[in-house]
Amino acid sequence: MSAPFANLKTIPRRLVGAFAVGVAATAAVAVLGLMLGMLTDIVIKGAPHTTWSFLTEFPRNSNMEGGIFPALAGTTLLVMLMTVLGVPVGTATAVYLSEYARQSSSLARMVRFAVNTLAGVPSIVFALFGVGFFIQFIGKRIDAFTGSSAFGDGSLLWCSATLAVLTLPVVIVSVEEALRAVPRELREASLALGATKWQTVWKVVIPNATSGILTGSILAVGRGAGEVAAILFVGVTYSSEVLPGAVTDKFMHLGYHLLVLSTQSPDVEAALPLQYATTIVLLALTFFLNFAAIFIRSRLRKA
Amino acid sequence: MHPFRKTKTHPIEVFAEQSIRVVASATILLIFLILVFVFKEATVLFFPGTNTEQTASTDVPQTSTSDSPEAYGTAAASDQPNTESRVDSYVADSSRSLHQLYVPRNADYPEIYNAETGNLPTDVAASEASTSEASGSNAAKKSLMSNLSTTTWQPVSENPKFGLWPLFIGTVKTTAVAIAIGAPLGILAAIYSAFFAPRKLRQILKPAIELLAGFPSVVLGFFCLVTIASFLQNTFGLEYRLNALVGGIGMALAVIPIVFAISEDALSAVPKTLREASLALGSSEWQTAYRVMLPAAAPGVFAAIILGIGRAFGETMIALMATGNAALADWNPLSPGRTFAATIGSEMGEVVWGSEHYGVLFLIGALLFVVSFSLNAFTELYVKQRLIKKFQGQ
Repeated sequence: MSAPFANLKTIPRRLVGAFAVGVAATAAVAVLGLMLGMLTDIVIKGAPHTTWSFLTEFPRNSNMEGGIFPALAGTTLLVMLMTVLGVPVGTATAVYLSEYARQSSSLARMVRFAVNTLAGVPSIVFALFGVGFFIQFIGKRIDAFTGSSAFGDGSLLWCSATLAVLTLPVVIVSVEEALRAVPRELREASLALGATKWQTVWKVVIPNATSGILTGSILAVGRGAGEVAAILFVGVTYSSEVLPGAVTDKFMHLGYHLLVLSTQSPDVEAALPLQYATTIVLLALTFFLNFAAIFIRSRLRKA
Repeated sequence: MHPFRKTKTHPIEVFAEQSIRVVASATILLIFLILVFVFKEATVLFFPGTNTEQTASTDVPQTSTSDSPEAYGTAAASDQPNTESRVDSYVADSSRSLHQLYVPRNADYPEIYNAETGNLPTDVAASEASTSEASGSNAAKKSLMSNLSTTTWQPVSENPKFGLWPLFIGTVKTTAVAIAIGAPLGILAAIYSAFFAPRKLRQILKPAIELLAGFPSVVLGFFCLVTIASFLQNTFGLEYRLNALVGGIGMALAVIPIVFAISEDALSAVPKTLREASLALGSSEWQTAYRVMLPAAAPGVFAAIILGIGRAFGETMIALMATGNAALADWNPLSPGRTFAATIGSEMGEVVWGSEHYGVLFLIGALLFVVSFSLNAFTELYVKQRLIKKFQGQ
């Protein structure tokens, strides 16, 4: 009886529904298209200039010619040192959260809160922290103590330390996930065989979570490699004739190089090919690291 | 061996376990330390003289990074030749300090700074002629507050003006553009992905947007600076090539992955029973999505927007490269703006350590920290609790 009327009523509703779904689909496709468009634009304009000599040469003529070798090397050194400084700390925190803390304990909750908040702090604030804490507070004190003047200024070391702090949440979250994925039975078996808690953690749980620690480190490196704001005045430099020889030296960085090229070079238009090529290298580096992390993580989840 | 002998705990184990606990606690301390040290450097403003120890020990030459950020200002300005009439004060400023930049000032400025509390040594010549306004620390303290609340940001001049108002406007309008573009796109894409997308498309969509999240922000900034800015100017004939809209679009690219990921998680976490009940009652797929699932996931979507705002608010590189960076007190999104974060990013490198300008920049940093911390704490403590409560039925 009421069926025809219901049908009449639902026709505009269905139209509205279909339209709305269409809008949502358009939004999704637009985001996808925007990203692909950006990627293609960068690749097309930069690919011809991304040559081997571009990767292996030093920049010449105030960065207007030549390659990006020192920036590439500087970025690599930076993320390596960052990993050495940050991953052990992040892993230790994750081990505490997953193995030692009771989930309801207030310390665990505060640590978790701190980690989550740390992840949302703008990276420029980390740069200020790097200046205020690492350079001004620690560095100046080391200098006063040793009588040198190497630590009281921006350097590779302080940039790495700043980035280590910045990427700490990334490491903690993914290591903790991996630790939780280790089956309870393994821990129980180990304890039942008479191993202490520490032996269980050190010899059973952590070895089983190595791929998670690896994933966390790679994700952190991916994040750190593209981060510019956090190291802006902590020791990165515009141009350098030599590679950094010590951790207290300044260094060149891919992202910073791109910033300088695109905003401060003598002739921005002429430097465009170099900018695109630098962008490709930076993107390739971060994407490679991200893909590696995703790959390892998906294998981890399957296992 | 005695079967019942308790396993001995080795001292090394005790040490290892304790250090793990200490390291974990240090993470909490870290948050605290960030706040303390960013604020500590800002105290120069309120207690002139407390940082003299640091000022005095600044014999180290200015960092070599110092020659870039200010030069950036001019580069950005020269990018948009027709803005000069409106932003002439700013351009004049940057060219002035660019000029000053190459004056060797490593050896003599600490004394100058001490002699002239609060006045920037970069303007030695000018301040010699000017009347000594900054006399007592009390007067300085009073004038500081009024100085911060003016509508002019002119940190490098005879009478440095640290009005935060134009920076506030710049930040708010850029963030607003970013959210106005990023939030609807992100949420709609999340709705589509969670409820309507064919499985194959969903399998492309999610990693693709994750990939977008992996774009370093300097790359997004570069893309806006080079491509989007030109495109918008050519299409709409904009007066300024770099403006808050261009920066906002760049930030939207950074915000979309965050909004998408968190909303998608929230939408997918809504129990299937709700959807089935709604469909069983005869509502269409869209009605179900819009009237049932979206309200159910509202706290999560809300959290996504809040975190998106936090991201845009603190974004430095995109703002630095694409917003034009002129500190105008102008709400028009089509005119350039200068955000808080970009101000730190562009001026920190060449500022005199321990000066008033230095203190103001750290004060802005502290402000950024407090705002982002509050936004995060709010979502963490309030929104997530509500979400959990909702799905677990009180």
